[in-house]
Amino acid sequence: MPPTTGSGRAEITRDEVRHLADLARIDLDDAELDHLAPQLSVILDSVASIAEVAADEIPPTSHAITLTNVFRDDVVVPSLTAEEALRGAPAQEQQRFEVPRILGDEQ
Amino acid sequence: MITRTAADLADALAAGETTSVDLTRAHLDRIAEVDGGIHAFLHVDEEGALAQAAESDARRAAGEPASPLDGVPIAVKDVLATRGLPTTCGSKILEGWIPPYDATVIERLRAAGLPILGKTNMDEFAMGSSTEHSAYGPTHNPWDPERIPGGSGGGSAAAVAAFEAPLALGTDTGGSIRQPGAVTGTVGVKPTYGGISRYGLVAMANSLDQVGPVTRSVLDSALLHEVIGGHDPRDSTSIDQPLPGLVDAARRGASGDLTGVRIGVVKELSGEGYQAGVQQRFDEAVQLLVGAGAEVVEVSCPHFVHALAAYYLIMPIEASSNLARFDAMRYGLRVAPAGIDDPSAEQVMRATREAGFGDEVKRRIIIGTYALSSGYYDAYYGQAQKVRTLISRDFEAAFAQVDVLASPTSPTTAFKIGEKLDDPLAMYLNDVATIPANLAGVPGISVPAGLAPEDGLPVGLQFLAPALADDRVYRVGAAAEALLEKQWGAPLLDRLPEVATK
Repeated sequence: MPPTTGSGRAEITRDEVRHLADLARIDLDDAELDHLAPQLSVILDSVASIAEVAADEIPPTSHAITLTNVFRDDVVVPSLTAEEALRGAPAQEQQRFEVPRILGDEQ
Repeated sequence: MITRTAADLADALAAGETTSVDLTRAHLDRIAEVDGGIHAFLHVDEEGALAQAAESDARRAAGEPASPLDGVPIAVKDVLATRGLPTTCGSKILEGWIPPYDATVIERLRAAGLPILGKTNMDEFAMGSSTEHSAYGPTHNPWDPERIPGGSGGGSAAAVAAFEAPLALGTDTGGSIRQPGAVTGTVGVKPTYGGISRYGLVAMANSLDQVGPVTRSVLDSALLHEVIGGHDPRDSTSIDQPLPGLVDAARRGASGDLTGVRIGVVKELSGEGYQAGVQQRFDEAVQLLVGAGAEVVEVSCPHFVHALAAYYLIMPIEASSNLARFDAMRYGLRVAPAGIDDPSAEQVMRATREAGFGDEVKRRIIIGTYALSSGYYDAYYGQAQKVRTLISRDFEAAFAQVDVLASPTSPTTAFKIGEKLDDPLAMYLNDVATIPANLAGVPGISVPAGLAPEDGLPVGLQFLAPALADDRVYRVGAAAEALLEKQWGAPLLDRLPEVATK
């Protein structure tokens, strides 16, 4: 489904918001969905006009200032110690980040 | 002493009239006195600032100052990583996080001897124009505590306006330095993209974000810009060439002579949506520039009307990707979902991001995710990037005719806290005049233009220059400041109402 443009409204449904939040790994409860979904429709409606502005031959710009690949010499420089790197970790074990299980029972 | 400019304070330190410890203590006292009502700071580092001040005094006593600003204290927006000091980005998801490293700009502040007073409040992850989206409560405008100080860097601007700090660092993705400057009667500069290192700046939209100075005078911004600017090999987008002479440009501009300077007034950045008193003060300032010898013409940048739409696609698209790093695994908040035994990493991540992110961050992540979805990518991101090209071309055409462009910085003066909090679109419109510079990567400055007659609140005057010509915004900004202050008889902040002490 292409975005609606011009006079049509770019609607985003409650289910779509739930799906997008799921893709973005954010739990949203019903109250949040009720609150955010209409606001997101208004925002999308306001940016929908973008589709009509630029002709096909206009090249896209990802960065305003032209980027070139940057290399550095392969030399060792001081870096964080393991203790420093782990200091902000929610949990750690044996000098490693301790994380919740990453596989389900069926896996 | 605390009402003086940073340049004056640096002179006083050099002349031995004061010490950095006294100066730093005076600002810490001021923070203790007024910040209960302003809430510019999220964290104050009294002990660290005084220790750095003592070291500065020792350097000055030995005749070896590290820089012209050695010993002048500074406040830092809480989006910049500071080793040993909390860095929250105004978000619950980073509450209590203490970075193990300094951002490059912080390293440079430390090397130049500027004591760091603390970290300033901001909209969560720099998303907003009012500082109301901070998870730690809003900052209040020193001109009227019922009003917003702008955003996202409202804390830095309010701290400088309320004389809690002579200098501050901000970041500007769509106007987050310049718009707070405008509504608090202070000076703010967004440098050329790549002119100041982003290493250690927590990214919102990395193709748009820039660090820059927040001060009470144009010269102070130039002095600070020269401390923090220049090439950094740790930022792959950093420009590998020397900065133009910014302090020299500001001093030259302060003569008030603009003979031969061509200034373009952007037709599209006026009219509907611009408050009458904002437009009036802008027009009056332009007349002063004409009187100083500038050649002023109207220029058209026809695609600027699409800048807001392009920005509010590109920014959330980049933000949704950048904020994926807050996954509850390596640092920051970790929340266990309710009612699930032995939750998976993904369930923990979802619960953490729900609890740790505020509404505006969720809105932008969802919009960005939507616009990047299969089937929408070309229509949204592809088109927005093309509009970005058209806006850069508008700038190129305009700068073929004139040296700098001028507009009001923000279409209105400071609005009431709460007024636009649940109306994202109304909030976004505050950035309409500042966004084009971010999309094109060009430098911009906001200087105070006076108080709007209808509400007595500060109005900002914006100048924009071609990429790498940051010296031009300093020259013309300093000239406008000198001409206006001559007319007023004093800096605008002399008219700041007394800030309540709590």
